[in-house]
Amino acid sequence: MATDFLNALILLANFVIVPGVAYGSQLALGALGITLVYAVLRFANFAHSDTMAFGTMSTVLITWWFQSLGISFGPLPTALLALPFAIIITIGVVLITDRTVYRFYRSKRSSPAIFVIASIGVMFLMNGLVRFIIGPDDQRFVDGERFIITARNFKKMTGLDEGLAIKVTQGLTIVIAVILVIALFWFLNRTRSGKAMRAYSDNEDLALLSGIDPERVVMVTWIITAALMTIAGTLYGLDKSFKPFTYFNLLLPFFAAAIVGGIGQPVGAIIGGYVIAFSEVSITYAYKKFLKYLVADDWAPEGLVQLLSTDYKFAVSFIILVVVLLIRPTGIIRGKVV
Amino acid sequence: MNRPLRAVLSFSLIAVLFLFVGFGQSWSVALAIFNLCLISSVMALGVNIQWGYAGLFNVGTMGFAALGGVATVLVSKAPIPESWAAGGSDLMIAALLTLLTIGAVVFAYRRTSKGPLRNISITVIIVVGFAVVRPFYDPAVAAIESVNPAHAGYLGGLGLPILFSWIVGGLFAAGAAWIVGKIALGLRSDYLAIATLGIAEIVLAVVKNEDWLTRGVKNVSGLPRPVPYEIDLQASERFIGWVEWLYEGTLGAVSGADRSALLNDLVIESSSIFVKLCYSGLFAVVLIIVFMLSMRALNSPWGRMMRAIRDNETAANAMGKNITGRHLQVFIIGSAVVGVAGAMLTTLDGQLTPGSYNPLRFTFLIWVMVIVGGSGNNLGAVLGGFLIWFFWVEAEPVGVWLIDFATSWMDGSNPIRLHLMNTAQHMRLFTMGLVLLLVMRFNPGGILPETVHRATDQK
Repeated sequence: MATDFLNALILLANFVIVPGVAYGSQLALGALGITLVYAVLRFANFAHSDTMAFGTMSTVLITWWFQSLGISFGPLPTALLALPFAIIITIGVVLITDRTVYRFYRSKRSSPAIFVIASIGVMFLMNGLVRFIIGPDDQRFVDGERFIITARNFKKMTGLDEGLAIKVTQGLTIVIAVILVIALFWFLNRTRSGKAMRAYSDNEDLALLSGIDPERVVMVTWIITAALMTIAGTLYGLDKSFKPFTYFNLLLPFFAAAIVGGIGQPVGAIIGGYVIAFSEVSITYAYKKFLKYLVADDWAPEGLVQLLSTDYKFAVSFIILVVVLLIRPTGIIRGKVV
Repeated sequence: MNRPLRAVLSFSLIAVLFLFVGFGQSWSVALAIFNLCLISSVMALGVNIQWGYAGLFNVGTMGFAALGGVATVLVSKAPIPESWAAGGSDLMIAALLTLLTIGAVVFAYRRTSKGPLRNISITVIIVVGFAVVRPFYDPAVAAIESVNPAHAGYLGGLGLPILFSWIVGGLFAAGAAWIVGKIALGLRSDYLAIATLGIAEIVLAVVKNEDWLTRGVKNVSGLPRPVPYEIDLQASERFIGWVEWLYEGTLGAVSGADRSALLNDLVIESSSIFVKLCYSGLFAVVLIIVFMLSMRALNSPWGRMMRAIRDNETAANAMGKNITGRHLQVFIIGSAVVGVAGAMLTTLDGQLTPGSYNPLRFTFLIWVMVIVGGSGNNLGAVLGGFLIWFFWVEAEPVGVWLIDFATSWMDGSNPIRLHLMNTAQHMRLFTMGLVLLLVMRFNPGGILPETVHRATDQK
């Protein structure tokens, strides 16, 4: 009986918990970027996921270059070595878009809708640029070890019927996400720039009065956002694969995560990321085998015990988004709904 | 430059562009682009009604266009009795139970006040409803989808003429817009944008996955046409007679076998052009009707009220205008127009391909049309529809040509050149973004900005 219970648990861990945590971390990092831009610049950035695709593309290209030079990072993916360079490129591009596009509307104090439409323009630009440079197809750039622990080794070690496989990319995603989140909160709460950012976000006029330079705050925000999105995009690309259109499709899960958690609230974005990821994975998982372990044989269910078919995986996040917008538009942690 | 002159010049420019395509590529291509321009203009008018008149930020255009597409299938395809026999009754029961659940939710919502009691009761009703519907729904769907899955596997439609579907598509979109509007219109502008973007994706997920209704990604092809088929025209004596009469001079120059070969070519070419012209006629009628109605609405007291609400909600509210009600109304009207255009598009394609809907093409491109053309100005929306669609299509050959020219000094097998030639078509996305940003920055009103007639101007 006890082994049955353990088997059920491992089964769940393998198919729901581990993928959910990894996907949730990727969503959380993406949603953090959306939320920071929203908090400081006060608009929903539709170009976020396409800029992320741009950052990831930079990583992919540099990784290929490193691979051709024979540089590798041992058991870890070479992409990690390429990441810092890609982040610098992405920061450059994001700052250029801010300088050429958004700053003008900021100086005119345009309405959020105008900013959103401008970000749609940037979205088209980035989307076209990425497809032009790297093409619309799937690109693989992962190398190094594939698994921290394989299902077979796990079975051997524990003697259970069910195996637990953890990919290197999943482990990396989680570790990097934790480090980044700690660093971000340290920055926001302990440093002068971080405090200026929060002050500006809470009350723009008061922040200006106390001598905070708004352009500097905006610049710092974009730099952090660019770094976050390049890392999130690269981790997602390593874990799944890099395809421009998939990244475009991530926009709504990001928004969903940011809004569910409470837009403008960094903690909310992280909670939201995991809520969305776990809902997507757990609602579309077929619990038949899981229940079989737990209940007596003659009680075993006939169907797949799946709440929604996997085709609706993406729709789940949109449904949660819409429901949250209706019931509690401020999100879990009361966000800034201006 | 004054406004009427600007409008005349812009439309003349478009006419010249079409002449270029006609003489340079072929008239068939020019007409194909023209037809899609007409449809795009109707869609742009729909978005303009929402954004330009009332300032509603709806980026769910794709969903409403897809609903129009579904309408064409449900109206025009012949019903499939075997499928109905296999799963029709169970499906009806499932539909009835779903309606009962929704009714119960609405009832519970009305009879309870805000608080845990309401949340719990509604959750319980939804869970119970879901559990009760599934045992009927799942076998019904399985049964329907197993009936001749290669060709059918769905319920079919009503077998009515496809032109009806344009109206039905509008009604479908209006119905969906009513639901969406009821739940999402209270949100601030960028939240509304995100919500509508999400709802459009939900609609598309349903269209893609509910195979019993639309065959999903297996596509429904061979939709009946409102216009003649090329093949019938080519066999028709009368049509051949027309072609002979039209090309008398060309045909008179040759004789014998050459003449019949030439006549055959001319008949094939003319039949394709004739069919496209028929479509153009139908689409132009719809465009003109929608345009006239939009103009009348914009210049009526209703239109002035809409602009007043858009420009200052608080003041309009103080004047006793029902903001929520008017927003819902304009949201429904605009979406219905998009639904009609969606049905027209599927009719022109002759097939419903749910996999081909994507927000860049069906939502954001339409937005570029409205912003570039001139939001709030109906003629501007039409102009944007023509101009942007034209560039969207022609940016591809022009982009390839430009890259070819720019890299002509490279070797033919140079990998960079080959790569650039392959991906040149994606430059059109970049171009669209650039055009949008440039127009917003340097000409925020669009090419034909909104014209505001004061009440005194109109005497």
